[in-house]
Amino acid sequence: MKTITRQKPQEEVMGYLEKCRKVYVIGCGTCATLCHTGGKSEVLEMKEKLEAAGKEVTGWMIIPTACDELTKYALQEEAQKIKAADCVLVMTCAIGVQMVSLHLKGAKPVYPALNTLFIGMEESPGHFTEVCLQCGSCVLGRTAAVCPLVRCSKSLLNGPCGGSAEGKCEVSPDIPCAWQLIYDRLAEMGRLEELEEIEPVKDWSVSVSGGPRKVDIEAECTSVS
Amino acid sequence: MKAGTKLEKVLESGHFAVTAEAGPPKGTSAEAIQKKGELLRNCCDAVNVTDNQTAIVRMSSLAGCLLLKRQGIEPVMQMVVRDRNRLAIQSDVLGAVTLGIGNILCLSGDHQKFGNHPTAKGVFDIDSIQLIQTLKRMRDEKKFICGEDISGEVPIFIGAAANPFADPFEYRVSRLAKKVKAGADFIQTQAVYDVARFARWMEMVRERGLDKQVHILAGVIPIKSAGMARYMRDYVPGVIVPDEVVTRMEKAQSAKEEGLKIVLEIIEQLKEMPGVHGIHIMAVGWEDIVPELVEKAGLMPRPVL
Repeated sequence: MKTITRQKPQEEVMGYLEKCRKVYVIGCGTCATLCHTGGKSEVLEMKEKLEAAGKEVTGWMIIPTACDELTKYALQEEAQKIKAADCVLVMTCAIGVQMVSLHLKGAKPVYPALNTLFIGMEESPGHFTEVCLQCGSCVLGRTAAVCPLVRCSKSLLNGPCGGSAEGKCEVSPDIPCAWQLIYDRLAEMGRLEELEEIEPVKDWSVSVSGGPRKVDIEAECTSVS
Repeated sequence: MKAGTKLEKVLESGHFAVTAEAGPPKGTSAEAIQKKGELLRNCCDAVNVTDNQTAIVRMSSLAGCLLLKRQGIEPVMQMVVRDRNRLAIQSDVLGAVTLGIGNILCLSGDHQKFGNHPTAKGVFDIDSIQLIQTLKRMRDEKKFICGEDISGEVPIFIGAAANPFADPFEYRVSRLAKKVKAGADFIQTQAVYDVARFARWMEMVRERGLDKQVHILAGVIPIKSAGMARYMRDYVPGVIVPDEVVTRMEKAQSAKEEGLKIVLEIIEQLKEMPGVHGIHIMAVGWEDIVPELVEKAGLMPRPVL
């Protein structure tokens, strides 16, 4: 699983830093390094840009995996340099940004330098595709393991719309029609009759519409046993 | 009778139906839609009022339908799932039925990317097939999606779209079957230019006996100019305009006359096709041609039922 990120426009980043002269910069050694958005070279590049804009970089670090709880200890080790800064610029996914903010306990403003795009599958080196919406009620068993919620531009659950042409989505010739993919796979397996079943309306309450979702593994394991 | 609308009566009595499309204005002029209604009054059995077509914001379909209704013209309310969640959809259906609008056409809607608010969030809470199912349940069981009871009757003549020109071609008949199973009473198809492909689709429709379960109205769009023909061929999703049509339009002395001739030739073939129960004219930007078109197609006068 990889969180795919893209760098924000530098003007937006500089907008956040307008009132800060001293900045501490944090990158991540996992997904953001892989995406070339917040690894060591990008963090050093950012440092140069900030210095060229008249800012002082009090320090920087690459947290091995910014989203895990060890981030707390990394921040403790760098506490002095962070304290010397007016704010912290975080070049990680949104989870890393929130992890840093959580452990700094509001002591410093924390700003994101990246946009978090999606949880992606690496189809070939450096090529990431969004294949899961994390909807909370997986339909892959009925769609030949292709997710229509995220791969169909209209999240249709009952087959392709009238805009599917020659295997492509009406939205762009660069987007394969998810339902053509599903159709082809089911045809190959001799399972086309499954497409005649009507998929009922979806329960979005287990998705983003139900409020923030939480999982307590210990509690769930106990309730299963 | 499911809703007792004029469109339902025309189709159920075996007449070859004629419907036409009227897009509401990008503004607040009641006259804009009323003018189109007047133009179409005598040559169509019902008038479809589009719902933010091509994802461009316009006066709501519900308001447009009510304006037509007040003029004594029968509306078909188009409804896309792109802009409303299940709460808004069901409440609009109750409102429409209360105001005497009985024909509702269920659509996915063009993607918001094509419209004038390309950064909008597409809703797509339910899809077009689930919308058909929802209307059927509201009408036949008097229940909302959640299972709670609706007070009062919900008479609706349920419409759906079909596009035999989209891919995968073989699936297009299964998709129609699915819409019939969900509860569609009538179908309005994408515009036909490739008559051979449409005929192949209809043949498959008949093989499955679907033409006996649902009324199919074949879509037609009269083309006004060679430029419009090229634009439709190259840029409009889901439409197939054969090169031959474009060439004819380019070579014509009078593009409008040729455009009319082409659409009349197509209608002639559609009228002869078993299982086709009517035509749906989408004369975008050329509404004033519709009376002449219907007359020349030999479809006048319209039945009085």
